[in-house]
Amino acid sequence: MESAIEVRSLVREFKGGIRAVAGIDLDVAPSEVYGFLGPNGAGKSTTVHMLTTLLPPTAGTATVGGHDIVREGPAVRKTIGAALQEAALDPLLTGREHLKLQLALHGIRGVGRDERTNELLERVGLRNAADRKIGGYSGGMKRRLDLALALAHRPRILFLDEPTTGLDPQSRSALWDEVVRLKRDEGVTVFLTTQYLEEADVLADRVGIIDHGRLVAEGTPEALKAEIGRPTVEALPAEDTDASALEAALARFGELQPSTKGVAVRLDGHGDLADVVRALDSSSVRVADLHLHAPTLDDVFLAKTGRSLEGSEEPEPPE
Amino acid sequence: MIGQVLQLARRSVIRTIRQPANWITPLIFPLALMAVNTGGLHAATNLPGFPTDSFLAFFIAFPFIQGSLFATVNAGVDLARDIQTGFLNRLALTPMQSPALLIGHLGGVIVMGFVQAAWYLAVALVIGVRLESGVAGALVLFLLAVLIVLAFGSFGALAALRTGSTEAVHSLFPVFFVFLFISSMNLPRNLIETHWFRTAASLNPVSYLIEAIRSLVIQGWNWEALGLGFSIAILMSIVGLTLSSLALRTRMART
Repeated sequence: MESAIEVRSLVREFKGGIRAVAGIDLDVAPSEVYGFLGPNGAGKSTTVHMLTTLLPPTAGTATVGGHDIVREGPAVRKTIGAALQEAALDPLLTGREHLKLQLALHGIRGVGRDERTNELLERVGLRNAADRKIGGYSGGMKRRLDLALALAHRPRILFLDEPTTGLDPQSRSALWDEVVRLKRDEGVTVFLTTQYLEEADVLADRVGIIDHGRLVAEGTPEALKAEIGRPTVEALPAEDTDASALEAALARFGELQPSTKGVAVRLDGHGDLADVVRALDSSSVRVADLHLHAPTLDDVFLAKTGRSLEGSEEPEPPE
Repeated sequence: MIGQVLQLARRSVIRTIRQPANWITPLIFPLALMAVNTGGLHAATNLPGFPTDSFLAFFIAFPFIQGSLFATVNAGVDLARDIQTGFLNRLALTPMQSPALLIGHLGGVIVMGFVQAAWYLAVALVIGVRLESGVAGALVLFLLAVLIVLAFGSFGALAALRTGSTEAVHSLFPVFFVFLFISSMNLPRNLIETHWFRTAASLNPVSYLIEAIRSLVIQGWNWEALGLGFSIAILMSIVGLTLSSLALRTRMART
């Protein structure tokens, strides 16, 4: 089956030779939700801008919906919908006016346009606010309208660039539900960039992890976590002076891991949490906090890059 | 593409209507300045060779030009804001053809220019200014006023597209104002005695735009003044639109 999105050695350089995207390869199958995970500045948005034809690549090739992103830009744009990082809306227009403008620019006019406008407003729960200016919308309402605009012309492929950043939990959950529904009921392919591990874990069929413009890992969330394998024990020493003793006590249970909080060890099968507690007790190391956690996508990121995704941030490249 | 142009022009007009400062200021401020100047400079009509005994009739060209500057800067700021907020990217993701954006945007500016011209002319007639060129002259006056708005508007769009900055577009206003004041706005060029000022006014294209409008009001049909005014407005429009189109191509780097 032909990929919905196919990317080969895609590169984007900015002024000063900064490589925001340094040669990535990926394939997204039709009706798949692909989570593109990485910290700020990793190259996620630059990749989306290239795949949505807004930014020409410096090198490499990509097809979206079977169309080349460089040679067949207009055909790509007919195939896709996109909600970019900032919900770029006109504060002086109403939600309904936004949708009507969007539909008209896609060539949908007359009664069909009015019906589709009402249908979309209903779907994203903005019917009652449809005739209010955007300036009075909350962040969640703007995001929902942004999604409705991206869906206006019934695209087969949807790009969502950090769609839930800054949203409250309720709005985030509503947006997740809509992504699930789009895949399940309409077979829409979704390319979702996010810096939230939970979002990728919950929504994505497969995840690509990008760091410094390179894809460092790819697979289903389960497979990626399984690569990490066994759970990790992380302990916080009560005093800084206890850190080395804590390391020595934990090292016998497996490989020490980078940790932002204290000392972490990935258990290698020679003991479980109870054994760790007994060992700490017998070595008289004072511990302020101790917990065991199953592998997460953050562990995957940590294992692949040596850094934790949480709080990891790169400066955005200049355009 | 016509449908796209109409949609974008409609949006431009809606935006203007919903920002009262963008239409109240161009409608009121030029007329207020005209009232002040007319009061202070009325004695100029006593100068030998002054072309009319009504300074009001002489000065009525001023609001047309100043109003077009306001409309231009406001519209340029709107376009720059679209770039800053990413709304231009939203439009770029649709099948919209690039020229439709520019034409639609300027279409909104032209509508505003037409409304302003009608308002200035109505006020002028109410306060006793007589249009020597008659009804046909009024139609030509509308055409010229709209052409002038298009000419200035294309430069406002150029500034917005080149810089993507509302501040940069705002900074155009004083520059345009300098051109307006170093022109034959207050006196006919042949009566300006300060040599450098007369030279500057003669080199300033705004003088010829003002003189073309003025000729319709106080002279009737002065073909030389009209020819110069229309030629300059058309030339400015062509240059401004060409440069804006190139800037738009660079700004909308979509494939």
